[in-house]
Amino acid sequence: MTDARKHLNSRDFADTVAEEMIVSRSFWADARRRFLGHRLAVFSVFMLLALVLFALFGHHLARWSFEEIDWNVLGRIKTEGAPSLENGHWFGVDELGRDLYARVVQGTRTSLMVGFVAGPLAVLLGATLGALAGYFGGRLDQIITGLYTIWISIPYIIFFVVWQAFFGRSLTQMIIVIIIVNWTAGLLIVRGQVMMLKHREFVDAARMLGTSDLAIIFKHLAPNILWVIVIYTSIVIPEVIMAESLVSFLGVGIQEPNTSWGALISEGARTMTFGTLWQLAFPAAFFVIAQVSLYYIGDGLRDALDPKDRR
Amino acid sequence: MFNYTLRRLLTVIPTLLVLIVFSFYLMRLAPGGPFTSEKPLPPAVMQNVLERYGMDQPLYVQLWTYIKNIVFHFDFGPSFAQKDRTVNDVIAQGFPVTLTYGFWSAVFVLVLGIPLGIIAALRHNSIWDYTMTGLAIFSQIFPNFVLAPILVLLFTLSWGLLPGGGWNGGQWEYIVMPAIALGTSYMAGVARLTRGSMLEVLNAPFIQTARAKGLPERVIIWRHALKPALLPTLTYMGPVFVYMITGSVFIDVFFSTGGIGQDFIDGAYSRDYSMLLGLAILYSLLTFALNLMLDLLYAWIDPKVRSSL
Repeated sequence: MTDARKHLNSRDFADTVAEEMIVSRSFWADARRRFLGHRLAVFSVFMLLALVLFALFGHHLARWSFEEIDWNVLGRIKTEGAPSLENGHWFGVDELGRDLYARVVQGTRTSLMVGFVAGPLAVLLGATLGALAGYFGGRLDQIITGLYTIWISIPYIIFFVVWQAFFGRSLTQMIIVIIIVNWTAGLLIVRGQVMMLKHREFVDAARMLGTSDLAIIFKHLAPNILWVIVIYTSIVIPEVIMAESLVSFLGVGIQEPNTSWGALISEGARTMTFGTLWQLAFPAAFFVIAQVSLYYIGDGLRDALDPKDRR
Repeated sequence: MFNYTLRRLLTVIPTLLVLIVFSFYLMRLAPGGPFTSEKPLPPAVMQNVLERYGMDQPLYVQLWTYIKNIVFHFDFGPSFAQKDRTVNDVIAQGFPVTLTYGFWSAVFVLVLGIPLGIIAALRHNSIWDYTMTGLAIFSQIFPNFVLAPILVLLFTLSWGLLPGGGWNGGQWEYIVMPAIALGTSYMAGVARLTRGSMLEVLNAPFIQTARAKGLPERVIIWRHALKPALLPTLTYMGPVFVYMITGSVFIDVFFSTGGIGQDFIDGAYSRDYSMLLGLAILYSLLTFALNLMLDLLYAWIDPKVRSSL
């Protein structure tokens, strides 16, 4: 007997095979396996985790607060405000002599918060409305899809500018307006999925048992469309972060002394003519790293969850 | 086809109404206004100012007057903040600017994006393909507000080739950077989408038939594959136009082109009701016109859609 044959006949091998056959391969376990096989996506998860840790604990490493002005370098920012290990400004200072490292920590916190709070909430709202429209059909469906058509044909900047200008510029307002602007995210696809699923046997069975419509939607249909929602959330989060950065860049977003990536990039872009490039480089780098990571995480999730891509 | 166009034109009315009513009440119900300042005006003066602008009337009367003026006189009212200009003046001055570089930006998106996508599909898995895909991901991650400063840094501050802002009557040097900054990420999107759909079409049975009967590759691509491959790109252009309009606000502010975006943002700061509302209507109309154009183009290209109209 060759070694290979010996191995195949061994007790060990039989046990492993048996074990593998017993472990059920549910949809989500399968998806997890596929996601972990996507190397870039896994790497991106770690990058994103690093950013989150930076946002949460980064200020412990700062020697200055994000509001404090360093009078020693003010007025000589071009020559002495550059990133330096000696005076504790790891990323240099901004045009007002405030520590850029502390401000980037603060900006990361704001941008990630807006993305990870407003993004999922907007998708949930859209998905709920989509599910209702798809499930009940008729008049309700017409109203919701009609509103959807109107909504997506209005450039979102209009809502941002009007809303922000008139209701102040706090973080909460920002999150609310982002949810209002993005409520259409994922609506159509969830509606389509629900329309397809509602004629399946398990829904009929639930209805025959006397389950109410809402219970059918949230208990029986929701788990089946969760994958769509997960994919959409992964697309919407970077979009939301980008939108927030754009309006903050335009000056109608987050208000001083609070800051976000967009506001920091805007300051950096304004001052780059003076040669203080670090003010643009650091916030832009953080923004780009976040976008790249989120892009690949989304890509990995799509590969893992979308039945069309399933191998 | 005519009926369809007419029907579409009629849907613009409810859309605009929703927009106007929603924005109007949103603005008016918020505290403060264009005439509130740190040193409050004496009540009598305030009263006069409000009367002058018709703001002493109940809200629904003001709304009705506003709509009537637009419909019958095409008058968007006076600006509350820029004392000597009407909203019509601002639009007449700024809109052509925004439209000009917007047009060149759209040309840039399509004229570069589509061929790049086709080349990448035809040279599937070649160095061309990989470069293109890499470029597409790269430029989706660099949105206009990151790209624009980098462009200015390179072309203006480092090499001194192009002016870093301004308009100067629309000379080409002043259009290049706004158009590129506005269009790049959508150009990449168009290229990626065209590549994908071209690959799909090239594997379709009817292309295999064309190959089997010995048609030259050139004919296969130009006569048979191109049209169906471009359909998804066309659909994609609808949302792209909406995003580009949003982007133009940024471009106007960053490059100081004198376009309407700057006035829109200024209007937000100074609570210039009529300016904000007028420009919001203009932006929506523009979006609507572009989308209608796309739909008609779509019907013209796709016989299935045409017959269902």
